[in-house]
Amino acid sequence: MTFKESDHGAVPFWRDERYLQIIAQVIVVVVLIAIGWWLIHNLLTGLEALGIPMSFKFLGLTAQFDIGESMIEYSRNSTYAQALLVGLLNTIKVSFLGIVFATLFGIIIGIARLSKNWLVNKLAAIYVEALRNIPLLVFLIFLSTSVFHKLPRVQNALSAWGWAYLTNRGIYVVWPQPAGGWDVYKWFLLGSFIIGFIVAAIKFREGKKTGRMPLYWLWGFVVFAVLAAITWFIAQFMAGPPMHLDFPSLQGRNFKGGKSLTPEFMAIFTGLVIYTSAFIAEVVRAGIQSVSKGQREAATAVGLSGFQTMRLVIFPQAMRVIIPPLTSQYLNLTKNSSLAIAVGYPDLFAVGSTIINQAGRAVEVILITMGVYLTFSLLTSLFMNWYNKHTRLVER
Amino acid sequence: MTTLTSTKDILPPPTERIGILGWMKKNLFGSIGDTILTFVAGAFLLWLIFAIGNWIINTAQWAAVTDNLQLYMKGQYPGSEDWRLWFLMFLLGLLIGLAWGIFLKRAEAVGWVLLIIPVILAAWLFTLGRQSWPHLLFIDVLAIIGYFLGKRYPKKLARPTYILILLYMPLVILVVRGFGQEGFMKLVPTNLWGGLLLSLLLAIFGIVFSFPFGVLLALGRQSKLPALKTISVLYIEIIRGVPLITLLFMGQLMLPFFLPAGITIDRVIRATVAIIMFAAAYMAENVRGGLQSIPKGQYEAADALGLSGWQKMVFIILPQALRAVIPVLVGQFIGLFKDTSLVALVGLLDLLGIARGILANPNYIGRQLEVFAFIALIYWVFSYGMSYGSRRLEVALGVGER
Repeated sequence: MTFKESDHGAVPFWRDERYLQIIAQVIVVVVLIAIGWWLIHNLLTGLEALGIPMSFKFLGLTAQFDIGESMIEYSRNSTYAQALLVGLLNTIKVSFLGIVFATLFGIIIGIARLSKNWLVNKLAAIYVEALRNIPLLVFLIFLSTSVFHKLPRVQNALSAWGWAYLTNRGIYVVWPQPAGGWDVYKWFLLGSFIIGFIVAAIKFREGKKTGRMPLYWLWGFVVFAVLAAITWFIAQFMAGPPMHLDFPSLQGRNFKGGKSLTPEFMAIFTGLVIYTSAFIAEVVRAGIQSVSKGQREAATAVGLSGFQTMRLVIFPQAMRVIIPPLTSQYLNLTKNSSLAIAVGYPDLFAVGSTIINQAGRAVEVILITMGVYLTFSLLTSLFMNWYNKHTRLVER
Repeated sequence: MTTLTSTKDILPPPTERIGILGWMKKNLFGSIGDTILTFVAGAFLLWLIFAIGNWIINTAQWAAVTDNLQLYMKGQYPGSEDWRLWFLMFLLGLLIGLAWGIFLKRAEAVGWVLLIIPVILAAWLFTLGRQSWPHLLFIDVLAIIGYFLGKRYPKKLARPTYILILLYMPLVILVVRGFGQEGFMKLVPTNLWGGLLLSLLLAIFGIVFSFPFGVLLALGRQSKLPALKTISVLYIEIIRGVPLITLLFMGQLMLPFFLPAGITIDRVIRATVAIIMFAAAYMAENVRGGLQSIPKGQYEAADALGLSGWQKMVFIILPQALRAVIPVLVGQFIGLFKDTSLVALVGLLDLLGIARGILANPNYIGRQLEVFAFIALIYWVFSYGMSYGSRRLEVALGVGER
């Protein structure tokens, strides 16, 4: 006996699931497009009625406002586009430095949290719990108003043995400045770095081949450091010392020399570092605890030392658990740097909001700002996908 | 091989394993490095306690805090309508007591301490001449009554308690806002809401209203239909990729443009819309985590029973998925509660906004440390209390263990 379609009667298309799914999707898309079109239409006509039709031409106009700190050339006569670029670079600067230091502190606190020493363990726990349960914004404003702007005036600055001065106008630290021999030495430095890198690569290859991985990064670093030190003296012999230390000193009513860090930068930077390090500490702790006890015992049984156990057994496995939440913490830090507006640090968002107030270009500026942050997060997720693919556990 | 015949031969455990001294030797002075670490950490801790204690008692001037307690708590909310807030607090006390009695097997010391805090607070306020101590005491009394009721009739009261807990958040919105122009439960306009009240309300609004959107988005992201999936993924990823502050600014500056001319919405609602949009994306990801934790067998079993797609979702998958994500949702609520402080940057008078406003008053110039320490403490107590409570409840209910 054979079935024919016609024996049962064809399913009418309004009861056929395949058609229904397509129809449902078409309806949803049409409705969403209609709503979106309506909203955007309102927006465009509204803006036109106000005499500020949507356009990005304003970016070429002169900004006519000052920015407290900038990594590139900027003045009142620069354009809005340049002002936004200054803000973007400031965002990148504070995010990058913040990520580096937050990771360092986070790892230290996370390991302290696992310490067998009861007191150290509890201190780390207090640090984490105290910070994780208050809003970052409150912490930032607190740091700005009650710490960095409450430092003594320039005349009676707090001095750290002349190496650094803390004042309410900023923090001044001793900083190396290139001197006569720098022109020669920078090539030596580059050469040492390349040789160090090659040594590390060779050691890494060797490790892959023999299965006994040496501390290849340490090898590379030591070679680099030794070469850099030797060439320093050569450069000094050829053209004088490559660098000298520039000490800050009080000249007139302000400090000159050294590296100056504004209170605004210090507030957002230390705030982000301390706050994020508490979250990173939890990530690190969870990662290390996720490695099963048997792994540690097995490593001890095979005769590995404590350090070797950590380096060869615990750490590689913990990293797999740590990296994904760690990257999302990095992303959070970058997004949180937009709170800089509350402490007066001119990051992308703060500059943008100045432009909004001055030129009335709310829609355009908000779109640009969101686009930039979105790009950051897209790049991060691309990296994450790549990383996950590489470290994924290959199961049977 | 020897055998022990009398108990006399069994030696007591070595002294280093028992007693305070043994504990200290094990946990504090295990090795030389450990001992040094203990002394350094101990010295630091003592210095910290001394410095903070000295500041609180001797240096700090608390007038900026004690003069404005009402402002911190409820902003400009009219005093004649205070009873509505108290009513909600009483109900909350009763509910906490009930939940505690029904779901937790034993009365825990920490729990009692948490309940006693309002009493101490009441005593402190009393010495300052405030009139709210009987109310605070009443919250405790209600909680204790609830506890014993819950303990006595756990079976009978479980369902009403569940329903009340679910209804509580919408009820809060209704009671705080009120209705009608005059008289009983008159409308309190949102520009009078402020302080901790506004912070909590924004977080509650955000969580309650983002919930349905979040569930829909999560289902959309899991869907096999390409159009729905793309839309959901785009929404979730875009919102999660930008800082909340840009959304808040968008709400304040752009939302008015999106609507036809002539329609205005007040600032609190604009901020709330931004917060809901923001929370929905994170909610969707949390719910998705729950959906992914449901084993495939559940879907197949539902199919085998002949349930339709909707029935399968509503009766089989979602109840289990949502139960699995309750702890995560509490975490999200805490995060949202902290994030509401950002509305101070768009000019709303939440707890942080009020604090900034008070600091702008010339009478309290230079009192930043006291004011920020005070509001940080409030945020901390609420966030930590919620996370602690949810952790205990989780253990008691075994949520997320299946």
